[in-house]
Amino acid sequence: MNIHEYQGKEVLKQYGVTVPNGKVAYTVDEAVAAAEALGSPVTVVKAQIHAGGRGKAGGVKVAKSTDEVRAYASEILGKVLVTHQTGPEGKEVKRLLIEEGCDIRKEYYVGVVVDRATGRVVMMASEEGGTEIEEVAEATPEKIFKEIIDPAIGLQVFQARKLAYSIQIPNELVNKAVKFMLALYTAFVEKDCSIAEINPLVVTGDGNVIALDAKLNFDSNALFRHKDILELRDLDEEDEKEIEASKYDLSYIALDGNIGCMVNGAGLAMATMDIIKYYGGDPANFLDVGGGATTEKVTEAFKIILSDAKVAGIFVNIFGGIMRCDVIANGVVEAAKQLGLTKPLVVRLEGTNVELGKRILGESGLNIVPADSMADGAQKIVALVK
Amino acid sequence: MSILIDKNTKVITQGITGSTGMFHTKGALDYGTQMVGGVTPGKGGTNVDITLEDGTVASLPVFNTVQEAKEATGATASVIYVPPAFAADSIMEAVDAELDLVICITEGIPVLDMIKVDRFMEGKNTVLIGPNCPGVITPGECKIGIMPGYIHMAGHVGVVSRSGTLTYEAVHQLTTRGIGQSSAVGIGGDPVKGSEFIDILKRFNEDPQTHAVIMIGEIGGTAEEDAADWVRENMTKPVVGFIGGVTAPPGKRMGHAGAIISGGKGTAKEKIAKLESCGIKVAPTPAEMGSTLVSVLEERGILNLCTTH
Repeated sequence: MNIHEYQGKEVLKQYGVTVPNGKVAYTVDEAVAAAEALGSPVTVVKAQIHAGGRGKAGGVKVAKSTDEVRAYASEILGKVLVTHQTGPEGKEVKRLLIEEGCDIRKEYYVGVVVDRATGRVVMMASEEGGTEIEEVAEATPEKIFKEIIDPAIGLQVFQARKLAYSIQIPNELVNKAVKFMLALYTAFVEKDCSIAEINPLVVTGDGNVIALDAKLNFDSNALFRHKDILELRDLDEEDEKEIEASKYDLSYIALDGNIGCMVNGAGLAMATMDIIKYYGGDPANFLDVGGGATTEKVTEAFKIILSDAKVAGIFVNIFGGIMRCDVIANGVVEAAKQLGLTKPLVVRLEGTNVELGKRILGESGLNIVPADSMADGAQKIVALVK
Repeated sequence: MSILIDKNTKVITQGITGSTGMFHTKGALDYGTQMVGGVTPGKGGTNVDITLEDGTVASLPVFNTVQEAKEATGATASVIYVPPAFAADSIMEAVDAELDLVICITEGIPVLDMIKVDRFMEGKNTVLIGPNCPGVITPGECKIGIMPGYIHMAGHVGVVSRSGTLTYEAVHQLTTRGIGQSSAVGIGGDPVKGSEFIDILKRFNEDPQTHAVIMIGEIGGTAEEDAADWVRENMTKPVVGFIGGVTAPPGKRMGHAGAIISGGKGTAKEKIAKLESCGIKVAPTPAEMGSTLVSVLEERGILNLCTTH
């Protein structure tokens, strides 16, 4: 789960990570009030969206007066920002972070992430602050330093020190940098983050080590034990259909195509998208109904798929293990009737209770095209939506 | 004949009194697995009575701890159907009790919990399969997990996969062609897991009854690539692959916690290229996993050897 920069900074602040003073604003007036309360000579007006690259897209402006704050806030609030991470449709800015400017002496990168290869939490640091870490990894990997953290004892002081010296933090600020890193690690593990990226980490003219930006992402599997983090969820940043799906415990991801998919199991669901593409079609979504789906859940899944106006046809691909084919069949029939389905529907069933499932579909009186295999089903739906 | 489990394996269910635990313990018993007991803290000393498909009733003793269950039943393996908040603890308890094998079905365990489990398991001898996996089956002998037993057929092809239903698809394609399976192992969809492709491939390599392997991967991480390197250097039997997620968009978690392309890494395209370069033929579509294996078996002249008569 993603959160905004201002929220990430608030979380980090709780752990003693130094962040610039700032406040969120939802309107131009709030932005101005926040700037006045901060009372700093330079104020930064920052778009708050769940995507990076905001600066380049004109979403970060430095103001030297409250008039400038007002002007920038008016310009950015409500603007649709298109960055290399938002996709071409961009994201509308609904919140701003009004932050005190700081005297940047130098920028660095510090990030904490789960490293799959070692099965450990890793802290990475680089002197190349302010650049995308993937670009640095590509171009100059020797400039990225890593410390693998032993979960039994956590990040050790000597490890943070090693990193600080490696990235050439000024000598007199190494202790502050070490404290910063330890606090960042603690926040990461206590809040079950998946990523905690400080890019850039800055050392300031007046001798501070500050997180100028903070990108925190949380392990969805752990949210059950972090109600406070759940409260930070911004539904405006998520796809409506994905939000609806999560209410019914369905795993759904919106894509760009016109063939809706309903499948049981994530691997089979991905493979179904793949085979549709292979035969020249374009999947509209990923949807895993899971093993324990009830008829109601299946019906809701159907509705969500159909709520996407782009969907011109649906492919249901089920291999029933725990999932029973008759349950899927009843759900499909129920949904099709409730919604008065007119779009082409291809259903491929296999596995537990398959004969019963096929019978239910056959006797439904609905125009459901049966398929004998995954390939057969994919080819049929692609042909039907052309 | 097979890896990890066979008709002699004695298994306990952790979480046996929960509805999921009960349902799948019954499924295992119906298949012929030696389910010998279960663990639910607080319910020790009771029994669960399970009516099987053939009408008989299996009465399994429940224990408070894995240690007690192991001592009383002689079990060497455990299957875990415990909710995500407590599952990592259940794994560690089973490892601490020195079971040979632990299979964790649970989906949704926090990653940092699994990192702790991984650390805890260093230097210990227990093999962990999962979490977030469908389990392990040696057809005709032992089924530990949620897979439908009837689609499997005993034979000589090993199957190892990150996915559940996609594995059933592959198994079905093999069985309908008369090609049986030695064992099918679901390693699961999580990013930090007990066993990776390479661990299972090593076992298949050493199993005299396995003559070929299908490996089914997906986006995220580098496990398929690591396995491919190992296969090129060490594997004495043909391996065929499939990688799901060629159409997955970057940055999105596709159902499985581990199925995510991050920082441009872990794409299906890269994995497919790597596998092919290491001599592992990759099926172009999920519908062709079986046929791709058949063509490789034919090339090697071992199709008949791998066909169950």
